[in-house]
Amino acid sequence: MGCDGDMSDSKPNDLFDRSSMLEHWADGFIIPGYESYLNKIISLEEKSQIFVGNPTVDNLTEIRVAYSYAYSAWQEVSMFEIGKAEELSLRNQTNIYPTNVLLITDNVNTGSYNLELPSNIAAQGFPALDYLIHGIAGTDNEILDQYINSSNHKNYLTDLTTRMLTLTRDVYTDWTTGYRETFIADDGSSASSSVNRMVNDYLFYYERFLRAGKIAIPSGVFSGSPLANNVEAFYSDEPINKYLYINSFTAFRQFFEGESKYTGSGPSLAAYLDYIQVLTNGADISGAITTAMNNVETVSADLGNDLNMQVVEDNSKMLATYDALQVITVFMKADMLSALNISVDYVDADGD
Amino acid sequence: MTINTYLNKTTKAASLAAFRILFGLLMLISLLRFVALGWIDKLYIAPDFFFSYIGFSWVQPMGQWTYLIFAICGLSTIGISFGYKYRLSIVTFFLTFTYIEFMDKTTYLNHYYFISVMAFLMIWLPMHRYYSVDAHKDEDLRVQYVPKWTVDVIKLMLGIVYFYAGLAKVNYDWLVNALPLKIWLPGSYDLPLIGGLLEQSWVAYAFSWSGMIYDLAIPFLLLWKPTRNVAFLIVVIFHLLTRALFPIGMFPYIMIVCTLIFFDAKVHERILDSIAKVIGKTRLLFDNGLSITTTNKGYGNWSIYIVGVFLILQLLIPFRHLCYPDNLYWTEEGYRFSWRVMLMEKAGTATFKIVDAETGKRFYVDNRDFLTSFQEKQMSTQPDMIVEYAHYLHDHFTNQGHQNVEIFVESYVTLNGALSKPFINPKVDLAKENDTWGHKDWVLDY
Repeated sequence: MGCDGDMSDSKPNDLFDRSSMLEHWADGFIIPGYESYLNKIISLEEKSQIFVGNPTVDNLTEIRVAYSYAYSAWQEVSMFEIGKAEELSLRNQTNIYPTNVLLITDNVNTGSYNLELPSNIAAQGFPALDYLIHGIAGTDNEILDQYINSSNHKNYLTDLTTRMLTLTRDVYTDWTTGYRETFIADDGSSASSSVNRMVNDYLFYYERFLRAGKIAIPSGVFSGSPLANNVEAFYSDEPINKYLYINSFTAFRQFFEGESKYTGSGPSLAAYLDYIQVLTNGADISGAITTAMNNVETVSADLGNDLNMQVVEDNSKMLATYDALQVITVFMKADMLSALNISVDYVDADGD
Repeated sequence: MTINTYLNKTTKAASLAAFRILFGLLMLISLLRFVALGWIDKLYIAPDFFFSYIGFSWVQPMGQWTYLIFAICGLSTIGISFGYKYRLSIVTFFLTFTYIEFMDKTTYLNHYYFISVMAFLMIWLPMHRYYSVDAHKDEDLRVQYVPKWTVDVIKLMLGIVYFYAGLAKVNYDWLVNALPLKIWLPGSYDLPLIGGLLEQSWVAYAFSWSGMIYDLAIPFLLLWKPTRNVAFLIVVIFHLLTRALFPIGMFPYIMIVCTLIFFDAKVHERILDSIAKVIGKTRLLFDNGLSITTTNKGYGNWSIYIVGVFLILQLLIPFRHLCYPDNLYWTEEGYRFSWRVMLMEKAGTATFKIVDAETGKRFYVDNRDFLTSFQEKQMSTQPDMIVEYAHYLHDHFTNQGHQNVEIFVESYVTLNGALSKPFINPKVDLAKENDTWGHKDWVLDY
């Protein structure tokens, strides 16, 4: 509780400008994030075409590199499941892992599948691609043989990358042809306003996909025994999953602090919390969250590059990372939502 | 002697009739609104698990049949308004409405409780003896005058609601820190006209203090004739303002309409005349000059005892928190059913850990696998819900084949803007604790 005396003498007169925060979110994070991701996906799709036309070791390497870049760029936009992305369930079709190898094999063998069906969620996106270009056979030459000998394999690879491209382009185009304005204009305080929905989506992403998906689930936090093979990018020879995790956490943090790598700093949740703190003479929530984020970065630095090996060899470091991530959940879900008057799940219900 | 004199005083039955008609109508609108918002499915059919009150775990939603309960409840409101099979209607309404409220503790609201309380009271009052279908058909039922106390008890109940809500506001955070209004008001910054003011500290103090004074004073200002008209105007302004600021649904309208009971019978007769114009049935038939009094045989004596005991309980129940140690807002022991309205901003997280007592093997639960986000939010800050959920988890995982299941919770709660703190003792196996009326010593000190 604030004990600094009555704030009535130093009351701030200007309102926090939610609309300019939304503008900064759109122009500094969401749209350039999707643009960068789209470019990487375009490249991935090109490399995939080249590889399918001519399956050589060099072209395999090229598609693998393009896959890593795209996967990495994805970490910066996965949290923005709002608008078109929400409508299309972009995240579900892009990054649900572990991928379903049996389903992929079945799809490839029969050659008949509809990737738009929910039942095929676990047979597409990056995890399926990861399997197709790294894990489908033991050695690179054996992988190449699969594609040289089977047009079904080629088709499936092409269909996956084409679908990712279509989805991404749809989302990006929607943002640049009107949704940006809709998003910024809905700057009110209602449960379905842009700030409320974005913060809910942001927190949901953090809890489910960053904290749970990348760290808690493979380390067995929710299952009792570790599920080491449930790490992201499981099949990659060069382990990239820690890199992806760090990338996603950095993006998550930069969004909170309003530090855009494209347009520099601007209005943010942290600034909003500071504004409310002065207004209500309340607790330093952004400070608490910053400290917790610093701690996550310190603890995460101890993780090895391959989270799969980390779980197998010394899971305690994974569990320590989960504990550090969980502190942020508490401060954001309880303190931040409470201070910013944001209702959970943007559902209206009567109160007293 | 004086008591008997008072009990034999009569007043126009039109007051009760007008109250009955408007009450039924508002309940019907409230229920239709509830259906239209899709809340029956969202709150009572979609969830897998429901939180119960002590001794009422048998009160559960009934799948698709839940709609039938709402339908019966809705039909009974029509019976109430028309005064058609009134006793059956009001009893049905009270039972179905209260059943609905008891299906899941998550949705507890003081204003739902208020409706149950009012409905219970109305069972025992001669609401249907004037301008009703029942009294139209049955001449023996028809009277123009009823005991004055039957109208006064409604005023008293309303007075209790306001005055106790006011008493609850006499506390340090509310008056000295203007909390939680200081946190809530800026959230309505986009209101027309007053939006810009809501971030001002003095406005939060003004609202806190005037809210407290309003609640404590309004019953008396409504009772005293010289101030009555002004008081009602204040009632209207106050409730419409709260409606604009907070998501409180029908409650403001219900309170505005209920306070009409404080006016003279002449006003109620005028209300009935307006209704008469719409439906084309005058009330002249009911002006038979007859009256029922408490002591003659016209009106059951036992009603007054039931109402008397009920009102004494209403006076006592809100003070039951005095039986518990620790901070009331933190433990919420004795918090409900006490007219503590909009008193605190509380939010939290609760992460449950399932432990095998023998092997020490453990894992955490994802609450979204079992609860809706609304249930999770409510559970996270209320100890009785936390322990009930812990038992549910215990049974769930035991049925799944886990052995020696112990349930621990890591929980943090923020109260009125203070940084969140540990809430429940994380070392206590909640499967071994129960939700009782006793003190929960596994809630950590505030």
